[in-house]
Parts: sequence; C-alpha cells; structure tokens
Amino acid sequence: MKLSREDVLHISALCRMNLSDDEVERFRGQLSNILDNFEILQQVDTTNVPPTASPIPLSNVTRDDEASPSYRQGDILANAPRQEDGQFRVKAVLE
Amino acid sequence: MDANRLYDLTISQAHKLLKERRISSVELTGAILERIEQVDDNVHSFVTVTGDSALRRAEEADARIKEGDTSPLTGIPALIKDNMCTRGTRTTCSSRMLEKFIPPYNATVVERLNQAGMVMVGKGNMDEFAMGSSNEHSAFFPTRNPWDLERVPGGSSGGPAASVAAGEAIYSLGSDTGGSIRQPASFCGIVGMKPTYGRVSRFGLVAFASSLDQIGPMTKDVTDCALVLNTIAGHDPRDSTSVNRPVPDYTSSLIPDLKGMKLGVPREYFVEGMESGVRAAIEAAISTLERLGASVDRDVSLPGTKYALPVYYIIAPSEAMANLARYDGVKYGYSHDGDSMWDAMEKTRGSGFGPEVKRRIILGTYALSAGYYDAYYVKAQKVRTLIRREFDEAFRRYDALITPTSPTVPFKIGEKTGDPLKMYLSDICTLPVNIAGIPGISVPAGFCDGLPVGMQILGKPFSEETLLRVAYAYEQATDWHKHKPKI
Repeated sequence: MKLSREDVLHISALCRMNLSDDEVERFRGQLSNILDNFEILQQVDTTNVPPTASPIPLSNVTRDDEASPSYRQGDILANAPRQEDGQFRVKAVLE
Repeated sequence: MDANRLYDLTISQAHKLLKERRISSVELTGAILERIEQVDDNVHSFVTVTGDSALRRAEEADARIKEGDTSPLTGIPALIKDNMCTRGTRTTCSSRMLEKFIPPYNATVVERLNQAGMVMVGKGNMDEFAMGSSNEHSAFFPTRNPWDLERVPGGSSGGPAASVAAGEAIYSLGSDTGGSIRQPASFCGIVGMKPTYGRVSRFGLVAFASSLDQIGPMTKDVTDCALVLNTIAGHDPRDSTSVNRPVPDYTSSLIPDLKGMKLGVPREYFVEGMESGVRAAIEAAISTLERLGASVDRDVSLPGTKYALPVYYIIAPSEAMANLARYDGVKYGYSHDGDSMWDAMEKTRGSGFGPEVKRRIILGTYALSAGYYDAYYVKAQKVRTLIRREFDEAFRRYDALITPTSPTVPFKIGEKTGDPLKMYLSDICTLPVNIAGIPGISVPAGFCDGLPVGMQILGKPFSEETLLRVAYAYEQATDWHKHKPKI
C-alpha cells in the first residue's frame, strides 16, 4: 500500500490535526511501510469468524437511575483554557 | 536494617519493620526522597515529585500504625504512572497536551491505595499517552535504565519500572496496553503484572485503547505483586468493563512448588532475531520450573502469534484516535489560538501531540476511514477472535504458558527511534496477551551481558493465582530478584 501526499492530508483533515510538510512526507513513507506489513492479515481465512470488540462479553451495563452529587462547576472549569460566566469559551461555531 | 539502604526494602520487609515500630514511615519516606534526590538527575523516572505531601501522608500513616493499623501497604512509598488521575497533582501523560492538567478526581486505583495507606512520592515518566516501548516518546525527557544509563528502561511504563529498580519507590503502578508493564519490568529486572482485562478498574486512567488497557503492579518481588493486586483488584461501578467477581487473597497462591502443574512453551515466541543470551536464560528458567515439579511441554504451537502485531497496530490506533478526539483545546489541556474554531482545534492538536501519538492517530484514522474499515479494522477484529480461540484451546491443556517477555535485553537510547516498525517489534511477545485479554506476569530470569532478562508467564482469564504460584516458586528457587543495579 503506497500512500500519497494527498492521502495523508485527507486523513489529517479527518482527525482535525495539522501536520507540517516534513511530517506529511515522513508519515507517508512510514505508514506505507507499516501498512505493507499488515498485508499478511489478508492471508487469514476469517469466513464465519465473528469480530471481537472487547475481551469480555458485555451488553448494556446500566446502573439504577439515582441522583448523586456531581463535581462542582468551578472544579471542572479550573482546567479550561478560556472560560466566561461559568462556561467554556470557544470561537464562533457558525460564521 | 542499615538506615542508608532503607530504599532497598520490599513492601513486605518494610511492612514488618513498620509494624514492629523499628522504623517509621517518615524515616522510610525520607530515605526514598533522598534517594530520588541522589539518582533521579540520572535516571529521570519522575515527571513530578510530591515530597511535601508524601511526608504529610507518612505522618498520617505513622499515626494509623500507632493506632494498630496493620494493613500491608500503610506507610509504604509508591510511584504512580502519570496517566492515572491524582486529585490536585498534575497528570500529564508525559504530553505537552496535558502538561498543566490537574485532575479534579482520583483514579479508582489511587483512591483504593490511598485508603490502604499509600504514601505517593510522585508521578512516573512514560511514553506520551502510553504509546511506545522505550520511554523515548516522553515529551519531556527519556527515562534511563538504572542497569545502564545509556540504555532504555522499556516502555511505556519506563518511569514506574526504573524507579522501583533504582530504589526511588518501593513499588509502582503501571498500565499495559500491549506490554507496557511487562516489557519495562523485564528491562529493569523487576516483577510486573498485567491482570486479566476487567480485573482492575480503569476509571481515572487516561484512555489509550479501551479494549486493551489494564492497570497492574510493578514490584521488587512476587509477594509484593500479590499484596498490591489484593488492594487494586475488584469491581468498580464507575468502570462498566470492570468485572463483578470476588477477589481472592492472592498471597495464598504463594506456594514454593509446582507439583502437578502442566506448563507449555509456545515455540512462536522464540522469534527470529531473538538474542542468544535471552534464549539461554529462558531455557535455563524452564529447566528450573521442571525441577520444581512442573511437567513442561516444549513443543506447543500458537500459529496465530504472527498476526498479533498487525492486529494490535490496527485495533490500538483505531481506539486511540477515537479516545484522543477529546483533546480539542476547549475543556482542558493545551490550547493553541487560531482564526476560527476549526483552525484553533487543528493547530492545538498539531502542536500539542508528539510525533508517535500523531503517527498512531493518523494510522487509526486511516484504518477506520471509508473504504478501509472492513479491510483493516473488521479484519483485525476477526483475527483477534482467532488469537483468543488459540489461547483458549492451549489453556485446556496447560495451566500456564512460559515465554520470554522480550526477545532482547534493553536496547541503546536512539537505536530504534528512526524506524517505528522496528520499535513495534520489541513488543512481539507481549501484544498477543492484550489482544486476548488474558493475564501475564514478567519475572526476573537472569542476566545477559549484565542486563536483565524477563520470563513471561501467561494464563487463562482470571488465573492470576496460577501465575503468582509459578512466579513465586521460580523466584524462591533463584536469586535474580535480589540483584541491584549499581547506581
């Protein structure tokens, strides 16, 4: 699998992460190499084999719907890079 | 006890002296803090040293002991890997992204250890977001191996491993997603266990790959491993993947013989490129297990082992890209300004994450993207099922499997950083264990050119007692765990 520069830029847009030109080039080569190594999986016959998402069988773990104390607003906001009037401040979402 | 070497004590030795009031926790903690002062400029195990609060906690522990508290961890200094939340103490994941993050709550494991009287002396350095096998991917500085400062301590729990080996903590907690407890334990000559997936709560552990991550003890001997596991294991309503199942007293598995025990040695773990000194040490260890009464089948085959690396490096980055989507520079963590909301987010993520984390986010995003999801992600999940079935099958015939923990002794700093695939291959013996969700322990099994070698013992889900018994019997028949690095 040979990745192109455009492939890497497309992926970096999907995960909202800027890459420098150097990084795009470096990851392009390294990821192509890593993906080549993954080709071995295509040899495995997985007909009728169910996928495993978690090592333990889980379905809909729920708890009783009981009210309990939550964290204080100030404690949660304490790590916020920007805040205003007890809320997280972000740039405009809609231009 | 030589007051100058208090830092060499194990948990059980220190506990005895504390209980008999021959030392105080303040003295013990003071000795550890002095040791950190003395060696950490060279070893770099710590991201944060919490000396003042440690001494306060030690005073509290001494008061508890005076009132008759005889629980085994009371007053014992420990280090916590820096991806487990500690209320009021920064939790960085060795990343610029979380360099100033101060959690508003404790991880469940921290809460449990606090109740058991832990004296936390600091937070341990690691590969950024636990992605790495050498600690060279810490955004701050690499931790060095106390046995040879030019070599890596392993990773990602390199700080937790090196600190215990160097006497900067009596024990530590690590986390293990693909070998991150066992491989550094092997490299630093200590004991490290990854419990069964679900045995220990992950609440408050900064998520890397949610179906693979597990927290476990890193200790100087097997007895200490059982003592720490006793305290941290158990169901937690705050972690829906923690299993509601009784916790046995793990110290009752510490029996020094292996009569009636059936062990298997899977040949695929003796890989091409394995160092001959490592092979010799593991073969000698297997003979010791036979002498202790175990019957050993040296010709077990787990042919799916060769698929573990690609399965892991598809599933773990896929889960990581989803888990790390939360770092957007809005709610907490590093934040970069930008022209718009998206621009700010892209710059935050582009400059807050280091190269290995970015590489894995890109890899995971690719594996999950349209057109590749079935070929990579679903395929890997199906092969994951086959790897699990192979282990299930083997554990119908054997009580435990014996392998090397790593095919090599600790490598030189810088040796593998240029080639990510070469670095990924250093976890080849530990990855299958997380894929299957089974428990594994690494114990010291000798030396090769003065560097530690680890033996890995694997068992079926929730067979920690069997692993501890094999590990303990082996440890009692050898003295590798008593060797100390000259630092």
